[in-house]
Amino acid sequence: MTATSTAADRPPRAGLLHRSPRLRVGLLLTPPMLWLGVAYLGALAALFITAFWGQNSFTGTVERTWTLGNFRDLLTIDVYRTVTARTIGIAALVTVLDAVIAFPVALFMAKVASPRTQRALVVALLMPLWASYLVKAYAWRGMLGTGGLVSWVASPFGLDTPGFGITGLIITLAYLWLPYMVLPIYAGLERLPTSLLEASADLGARSGTTLRRVVLPVAFPAIVAGSVFTFSLTMGDYIAVRIVGGPNQMLGNVVFDNVGAANNLPFAAAVATIPVVVMLVYLALVRRTGALENL
Amino acid sequence: MTFSRGLRATLLGSTVLVLVLVYTPLALVVLNSFNANRSFAWPPRELTLEWWRAAASSEGARAALGTSVEVALLATFLSLVLGTMAALALRRTSFFGRDAVSLLIILPIALPGIVTGIALNNAFRTIFGWELGFLTIVVAHATFCIVTVFNNVQARLRRLGGNLEEASMDLGAGTFTTFRLVTFPMLRSALLAGGLLAFALSFDEIIVTTFTAGAQEQTLPIWIFNNLFRPNQAPVVNVVAAVLILASIVPIMLAQRLSGSSAGMTGAR
Repeated sequence: MTATSTAADRPPRAGLLHRSPRLRVGLLLTPPMLWLGVAYLGALAALFITAFWGQNSFTGTVERTWTLGNFRDLLTIDVYRTVTARTIGIAALVTVLDAVIAFPVALFMAKVASPRTQRALVVALLMPLWASYLVKAYAWRGMLGTGGLVSWVASPFGLDTPGFGITGLIITLAYLWLPYMVLPIYAGLERLPTSLLEASADLGARSGTTLRRVVLPVAFPAIVAGSVFTFSLTMGDYIAVRIVGGPNQMLGNVVFDNVGAANNLPFAAAVATIPVVVMLVYLALVRRTGALENL
Repeated sequence: MTFSRGLRATLLGSTVLVLVLVYTPLALVVLNSFNANRSFAWPPRELTLEWWRAAASSEGARAALGTSVEVALLATFLSLVLGTMAALALRRTSFFGRDAVSLLIILPIALPGIVTGIALNNAFRTIFGWELGFLTIVVAHATFCIVTVFNNVQARLRRLGGNLEEASMDLGAGTFTTFRLVTFPMLRSALLAGGLLAFALSFDEIIVTTFTAGAQEQTLPIWIFNNLFRPNQAPVVNVVAAVLILASIVPIMLAQRLSGSSAGMTGAR
């Protein structure tokens, strides 16, 4: 609507937009699609193409000749296999840890707590989700450091803080992504009719049996849905590693170092395809469980 | 009750324990901002307000805060416009590629941040030929903020249906008048909720920002990260972190009240 439009020219134009939904949808969709469909998808495609280009080892400039060299290096040089395996391993452990922690909380929220408590708990768990990611990782740096709260709590038991390393990293990442696991499981269990639980109890099942035979089958697709978040977020992370991971590297660090210090964008692009491919494989596996409808 | 007492007690116990674990690190940061000991030894022996004074007069932190707010405001504005347009376009119309459009809007947040980051970095520099700086941060942030607005507006449109707008049209109002007098007022609180979440998302982002900021611009998360490993800056960094924790409560409470549910808050980081 422009400032110059008059009462006289408005009705026909408006009428045209009203009569032709196709035109209306087209006009509405064009700007977002130029932004996301052309610019953003184009950027992703360009990145993918760059992965198949080489780099002049003298000048460091990108050479636009087709090569599979970047992918060959990825597969043949040991350190990249190690880093990939480590990253996937950490992602798997974080996911399992989150599922184990989130399940009882989600079950309590969905099936034990009163509606009032339920609402309060959702907010209580969402609040830290929106607190700064960096601040939360930083908070764990303070917890895990020497003289921090963890060593203070652990010392009476003759234990010490795990310090900065893989263990500390897994704890921190599990902490960061926990709400992404709790919320899908909670949503899944909330849909489970309480009458099913009652029926199970009436038929003589003990609580443990009900959990195993009624609750878990319903929760499983939701846990898988949550795992998509925890897995994907861990695969792309490189900040938390640098804050609490000690000298260890994850795939994200390799990408970061190749964009920055090494200035080898083609190789960075090739490394960046690993998390994407891993996630695509993961999503393809997950699809069979029907969990994606829970997202 | 369907679960045994023992199980219910266990579930309650785990929930309380998890909540304590979730809030302890955050509370510790806030408490440590008053800890007189520079290395934050636990338990604190003496409390001080000195770090808060130091943080208030830190030029770097103040400048970075200013940049972060400006970036977040502009990115929020852009994503409000684009997200609302996309949501309006997809309502009630089923056309080929409708699901593809939804997927495309979620994609920037679903892909690892580092992929989006280097893709945009590469595109800005080599394809568009732009200098990395303030504008490239805004464009990058708007790209992944669209989803929060889109989700909120789409949920609202689905719930309200189109009867009021049809009535407005039948009474002779044109498309734009109907939007101004009927559609927009209906969407206002959804836009506010989506906008708040977009603001929070942008304000907090670090990975994509690292790759699109260039050397000159520093947002607050980048400033924190750059100063994180400097021991003499530790108290000031800690105060900034404490401020961010306390500040994050406000938009969440507002968004929660406005959207009336947790919908639209889970789909985004």
